[in-house]
Amino acid sequence: MTIEANVPITPLSEQAGQIRPLLEWLARRAEPLAIALFAILVGLALFSLFIAVLGKSPVQLFQLMYAGGFGSWFSVQNSLSRAAPLLLTALCVALPARLGLVVIGAEGAVVLGGVAGAAIALPMIGTAPPFVVWVAMGLAGMAVGAAWIGLSGFLRHYRGVNETIASLLLAYIAIALMNHLIEGVLRDPASLNKPSTTPLPAEYMLGNIPGMDVHWGLVIGVVACIVSYILIEATSFGFAARIAGGNVRAAQIQGLPVRRLIVGFTAIAGSFAGLAGMIEVTAVQGSANASLAAGYGYTGILVAFLARHNPLAIIPVAILLGGIDASGGLIQRRMGLPDATVLVLQGTLFVVILFCETLYGRFRLFNPDLWKRSA
Amino acid sequence: MEDIGLWGVPLAILAGAIRVSTPFIFVSLGEAITERSGRINLGLEGTLVFGAMTAYGVAVMTLSPWLGVLAAMAAGAVFGLVHGWICKFPKVNDIAIGIAMMQFGLGLAFFLGKPFIQPSAPKLPSIPFGGWSDVPQVQAALNINVLFLIGAALAVFLWWAFRNTRIGLILRVVGDSSDAARAMGLNPDTVRLLATAVGGALAAIGGAYLSLFYPGSWNEGISSGQGLMAVALVIFARWNPIGCFLAAMLFGGAGALGPALQSVGVTQGYYLFYAAPYVLTLAILIATSSPTRSLAGAPGALSITK
Repeated sequence: MTIEANVPITPLSEQAGQIRPLLEWLARRAEPLAIALFAILVGLALFSLFIAVLGKSPVQLFQLMYAGGFGSWFSVQNSLSRAAPLLLTALCVALPARLGLVVIGAEGAVVLGGVAGAAIALPMIGTAPPFVVWVAMGLAGMAVGAAWIGLSGFLRHYRGVNETIASLLLAYIAIALMNHLIEGVLRDPASLNKPSTTPLPAEYMLGNIPGMDVHWGLVIGVVACIVSYILIEATSFGFAARIAGGNVRAAQIQGLPVRRLIVGFTAIAGSFAGLAGMIEVTAVQGSANASLAAGYGYTGILVAFLARHNPLAIIPVAILLGGIDASGGLIQRRMGLPDATVLVLQGTLFVVILFCETLYGRFRLFNPDLWKRSA
Repeated sequence: MEDIGLWGVPLAILAGAIRVSTPFIFVSLGEAITERSGRINLGLEGTLVFGAMTAYGVAVMTLSPWLGVLAAMAAGAVFGLVHGWICKFPKVNDIAIGIAMMQFGLGLAFFLGKPFIQPSAPKLPSIPFGGWSDVPQVQAALNINVLFLIGAALAVFLWWAFRNTRIGLILRVVGDSSDAARAMGLNPDTVRLLATAVGGALAAIGGAYLSLFYPGSWNEGISSGQGLMAVALVIFARWNPIGCFLAAMLFGGAGALGPALQSVGVTQGYYLFYAAPYVLTLAILIATSSPTRSLAGAPGALSITK
């Protein structure tokens, strides 16, 4: 299977004046945006129909969704907090996808990244300053995440194991491993009902961005997206990956290091998901526990596909889905709809968006090659 | 109660293999049909859970577990039809659609299943084959559900049908080469659509077994990846229905390892034993895959083995 790489096409300059190249460039850029917006509208329409069939008002639902997600400064901050881990888990899907790999096991890297972060912090608390502890936690989380997802890439290339299934199996194994560790050697005896590691003292918690009630994880996530964009679009490493994603055989014939690319990209992707887990521990939970497996890895898949695996597009999409997620509680309270309403909406959007992939290249408007030659 | 000591472990594993394997059998047989037609449906995890919810809900309302199974089959077929219909269009990726359908199926099942978490549904019947023994564990182990027997019979039937019937031949031609199928006047999209629908219906029976027999209740954590493991299991079984049945038994046994050891007092590493089926699946995938050649017996048009 291949996922088409977004190779930017340099507009050919024509004799017919300078305006046409610009229009061509705009048309090619507008296609993904227009199709994505169309898909979202169709998805929302189908979802409205579903809500209407159940005898509830879709209008009220969307009003509540807006109010809960973006209606006030409080809800915006809530949405941004929820978007922070999604930025990183979406990268875990998007980066391998540029190589043509479908990796869906980010949840495993999140969980183990969190456990690794919490475990390495335990002996350092009280002896090392917070910043040193955070760096150590981040590195530990990233290393474990990189190893976990990198293993999927390694198995793909050296053994031909399907990476989609392998990464998901590894996610289940990771959750079992986490349960084993937090119920066993890493368990804080004081955590009775919910087995957890020893909580981090307050001064070791990653604080909020000044002036906002949003933790620093958001900044880390946005920086990771920008770095990933530069990696893919502006480095020879990223260029080679895009070639390999387009056509593996051609890349091999060209002498590109395909196996290093596959293992390297999956490892970088996993390190982001591991970092997301570590941030959950140090900014939200305070300890590693079962709440780490909250589904960020799975929502990240949707974010990445919605953003068509473009790291910069991940930022607005993650905030949008963070907002939808944030409004779940309000919808539940005000309309008496179950909390799974958000999941139904996400699933509907996901299916419709993938369906709309079939629309690419069908519209003359977006395809300058089909335009009439201007005189 | 007679104490049978450590003999309880293999017995519990056998009992577990029979009890736990049934969903694997149905999902993997369904997926085998779909994959033999040259398409992969990764969304069966969602179909399984939706089937579990539908079967439970209908059984609660009609007081008939068999009507629940039928309703689940219908719902599963609809999921399969949606998947098959969408995949018919150009540029649509069947693996990605599967992931999306999985999330959609889970979401919809949790949404519609909320009212059914509390009430209890009538269970599917089972046949006590262990009446000859006085040992209660043996009796419990041989208390075999009807669906397990149907699944075993279905595996044999499909194995025969793939080779000896016209439909089986059509399925295999379409799965091996779309072009050859078109040359024979077959429409590959239609065949795949129907194969995915049948696969969905079978996967939903697996879900019905979960909610109506073992563990026998509906909640949001009812499946732990059985639908997905079954996809891996089909590859291991080389798309052979008898192989699917045997692999499902093996997986069921692995899944029963943790509870079996716990029942004789081994509590160390309890959670690690829970990972046994996943580790086993992964190990089997690693052992049976190859980076250079396509798998023996793989349908030629299948995207997962390329």
